[in-house]
Amino acid sequence: MLEIRWHGRGGQGAVTSVELLSLAAIEEEKYAQGFPSFGPERRGAPVTAFNRVDDKQIKIRSGIYHPDVVVVLDESLVALVDVAEGLKPTGILLVNTTKTLAELKKNIKFSGKIATCDATGIAWKELGVPITNTTMLGALLKVTGVVKIDSLDNPVKERFGRIAQKNMSAAKSAFDQVRIIS
Amino acid sequence: MGKRVGMEVAIASAEAAALCKFDVAAVYPITPQSHVAEHLSDIVHEGRVDASFITVESEHSALSAAIGAAGTGARVVTATSSQGLLYMSEVLPIASAMRLPIVMIIANRAVSGPINIWNDHSDIMPMRDTGWISFFADNGQEVVDMTIQAFKVGEDRRVMLPVNVNMDGFQLTHMVEPIIMPEQEEVDRFLPAYVPYAALHPDNIVSMGTLGMPEIYAEAQKSKDVALVNSIKVVKEVWKDWEKQFGRKYEPIQSYRTEDADIALLTMGSMGETAEIAVDELREQGVKVGLLKIKLWRPFPFDELKKAIKGIKVLVVTDRAISFGGPGGPVFSEIRSALYDQPKRPKVVNYIIGLGGRDVTVEGFMDMVRRAAKGKLSERYEIYGVRG
Repeated sequence: MLEIRWHGRGGQGAVTSVELLSLAAIEEEKYAQGFPSFGPERRGAPVTAFNRVDDKQIKIRSGIYHPDVVVVLDESLVALVDVAEGLKPTGILLVNTTKTLAELKKNIKFSGKIATCDATGIAWKELGVPITNTTMLGALLKVTGVVKIDSLDNPVKERFGRIAQKNMSAAKSAFDQVRIIS
Repeated sequence: MGKRVGMEVAIASAEAAALCKFDVAAVYPITPQSHVAEHLSDIVHEGRVDASFITVESEHSALSAAIGAAGTGARVVTATSSQGLLYMSEVLPIASAMRLPIVMIIANRAVSGPINIWNDHSDIMPMRDTGWISFFADNGQEVVDMTIQAFKVGEDRRVMLPVNVNMDGFQLTHMVEPIIMPEQEEVDRFLPAYVPYAALHPDNIVSMGTLGMPEIYAEAQKSKDVALVNSIKVVKEVWKDWEKQFGRKYEPIQSYRTEDADIALLTMGSMGETAEIAVDELREQGVKVGLLKIKLWRPFPFDELKKAIKGIKVLVVTDRAISFGGPGGPVFSEIRSALYDQPKRPKVVNYIIGLGGRDVTVEGFMDMVRRAAKGKLSERYEIYGVRG
């Protein structure tokens, strides 16, 4: 089972990301859970959201404390919250940033694999807005292979309608551009 | 045989009601039930069912409107949570006394204070004695299935009672997960059209909800009690029908790995499957442990409980509500009382868990079993993991 924690700010679409990833996994006949950090949300405040994906039925319904993957949608969070908290040493930390490893290491205490992607740059170019949730989803699929990127097609179409294509090309750009830097 | 979809469970519960072609939805939104209310409203607005959505100014009005609508012979759905359910409280026993098979989807949530929007069962427990049938779901699939089953049970002429379907707030309501959504044709085959026993109509004047003088009040209450007690036969029958048609089995008490168990956990609601994992892990360590999951809370399944506890020496009952100043959690009290006249009965231990959204992990359940193995805790009941 793969467990993922997403960090974003209220309004950046972390909850949409977990929903889209769950739907894509379910479309592949896998089992998945997607859920927000339960409780009230405020625009701009740090939020988390979670995924579980597995080939067999997922029974566990308690929280995720030791994720395999952490995705950070907003690089300003790195200085505010311990984004690597509980992350398995064998796991991956995926950050939307243009910073170097040395710069990131100032705030992040994690000695495992770190991957970065300039999702904000891609989102500006492809979508015209700095909303990076679908873009970072593309990056996540590249570094984990948890579902095929094509499996996002239907969920993204259903969710975004007219702007689905733009979101898919943003996801695909991130899929191509994400780099593992440590 | 239905379509496997990924869907948020709250939305799926509204979809299940739509498959039952409700005539009226009367709902007031409240966290974490709001997506149910919003989605029922969408379904009516889009004309997907030929129904009215009654916007109301409170939960008290929601259930009152539901009663009025059901009195005309309509198939009615409502939904609420926490304070909303408490606000409905004075209307709840009227729905059952009038024998109106309203279906209520409840997103279980703690009650204030302190204000808390997260999940436990302290909203439904004080409503236990209002004469409603109560189902508890483990997962999204059960929420969908039970919502459909609820209409069939409630509307059965031998029952004619309202039914609530309990799904844990957030843990279930806000979860996107795979669900097999039955096809419309399948639900049509399962659920016959509702034929009310009596209906308000200007051409056929009847009175409903009249005064009950001392000469008749006790008889009216007995009639409700007999109807509720007897409804277990119909619940089991409907669940058999469901299993035959849809292949998913429902029982008032579902046993998991209890065949040779010395000790068993008992849960109600969404923590059941987490507890299953704890049972599996303890079994690997050689502990003879099993799990009982209560799916039917009212009418209470006495006979099924007696069968289910055979051979079990220690029963670890988990409650998700406190009975302040009482003997233990409400589930614990009932279980212990139900077993009192049994010649061979297990020791019964009570943990109160998951209050106001406090997480309970697999390790937590394993710890509870280990510490309860002797059949006694240092206190009469323990609020698991509480500080101070």
